[in-house]
Amino acid sequence: MIKIQLPVSAEEIRKLKAGDEVAITGVMITGRDTAHKYLVETDGEDVKDLLKDSMIYHCGPVVKKEGDKYSFVAAGPTTSIREEPYQAAVIEKYGVRGVIGKGGMGAGTLAACGEFGSVYLSAVGGLATILAHSVVEVVDVHKLDEWGAPEAMWVIKVEDFPVVVTMDAHGNSIHDDIATLSKANYDRLIAGE
Amino acid sequence: MGHEKLSDSFLELIRRASTTLPPDVKKAMSQAIELEGEGASAASSLALMLENARQASEGSTPICQDTGALLFFIEYGPDYRQKEMEKAARAATIAATEKYYLRPNAVDSVTGKNSGNNLGGMSPYFHFDQRDEPGLRVRLMLKGGGSENVGAQYKLPDGKLKAGRDLEGVRRCVIDAVFNAQGKGCAPGVIGVGIGGDRGTSYLGSKEQLLRDLGDTNPDATLAELETQLFGELNQLGIGPSGFGGKTTVLGVKIGKLHRLPACFFVSITYVCWAYRKAAMTVEGGEVTYD
Repeated sequence: MIKIQLPVSAEEIRKLKAGDEVAITGVMITGRDTAHKYLVETDGEDVKDLLKDSMIYHCGPVVKKEGDKYSFVAAGPTTSIREEPYQAAVIEKYGVRGVIGKGGMGAGTLAACGEFGSVYLSAVGGLATILAHSVVEVVDVHKLDEWGAPEAMWVIKVEDFPVVVTMDAHGNSIHDDIATLSKANYDRLIAGE
Repeated sequence: MGHEKLSDSFLELIRRASTTLPPDVKKAMSQAIELEGEGASAASSLALMLENARQASEGSTPICQDTGALLFFIEYGPDYRQKEMEKAARAATIAATEKYYLRPNAVDSVTGKNSGNNLGGMSPYFHFDQRDEPGLRVRLMLKGGGSENVGAQYKLPDGKLKAGRDLEGVRRCVIDAVFNAQGKGCAPGVIGVGIGGDRGTSYLGSKEQLLRDLGDTNPDATLAELETQLFGELNQLGIGPSGFGGKTTVLGVKIGKLHRLPACFFVSITYVCWAYRKAAMTVEGGEVTYD
């Protein structure tokens, strides 16, 4: 298990290889569909400093409010591929060093990882309770009223957040590997062999 | 049964569905762990999923943060009225959101505004069936969005798949849909298939298949055979848990048929993730039991 402390440098991130198990500690933000569109279409004034050398987590959590304090109750990853039209631009524009989600992303994101020094990290889909335990503090939230809890950008402090590098800065993608392998099986099954 | 008691019963049903992995799913996952073999990374992923479900059940927190769309399938006797049941279920939905069993998941498709309490157009969804016997049987599915996105509907014949209007054509559609889903729907999934109907009823038929017990056998011998065949074949794709490779791509395949129009031949596939949240309750003589 490799430990990564946020903020992190591009140099450090380039050392990671697809298949590496990583535990992340530090401050990151959640962002999904509405956030990615927003980050591309605006200057992301409220979160741009936070994103620099940090990571973005594709997650729409269940959040508990007690007094003025928020905490995550359930916080697994959402499907990342929906952000593919935006992700490369977000990595470049904000200097994001890691994208966390599930299911993998496409060629545009993989190229941006290589060009700008970033990685895609997979969390296990549906691991909401276990992953919520790794979120030790909700520091802040942006756009909660406008976008609602799942879409809001939550600023969170995580401790040993467990993920696997599945797309690295050297053009390797475990998702592409599995797609190729399963395509061969698919062709055989469709042909009825 | 009065509004308050009925509403409390619906709330408990929602809590169970969101926080407890059903026994048939747990069993299928345990069998998959054995199949993958100790030490395999697919086996550790599956074990982690079961551990997550254990912790969720223990703490009464959602298994997955996407607590899905609420789909109620209700059979009711002459002692119940649709309006009363809808009212109770809506009140329970609001309460379940307040208790964090549900994430606010109903978003206005035009304004983008989240209703905040899971109520909205067709949310929750109700399917009612009236029956002669008194009492109530409610089945609830919480259908997540990630897996919903990888569902697919085919119109046969399909030139690209060389799929004709027969069971071989259906077989090709199901393999194609699960291949396209890769790990994006939180594999291993359970596959519901609706053959026939119109576009709407075909999808509904595929969802109703998902209410079946994973261990049951299709009463239609032809479809039972196709289910067994596809279960074996889909698990040869090699997609595996989370899409990281392995022998377990699906936990089950359930197929139903509807009559179709002569001009139409739809095959609808609904994918449900491993966090397959379903629960049921029976009300008889004022007594409520859950299963």
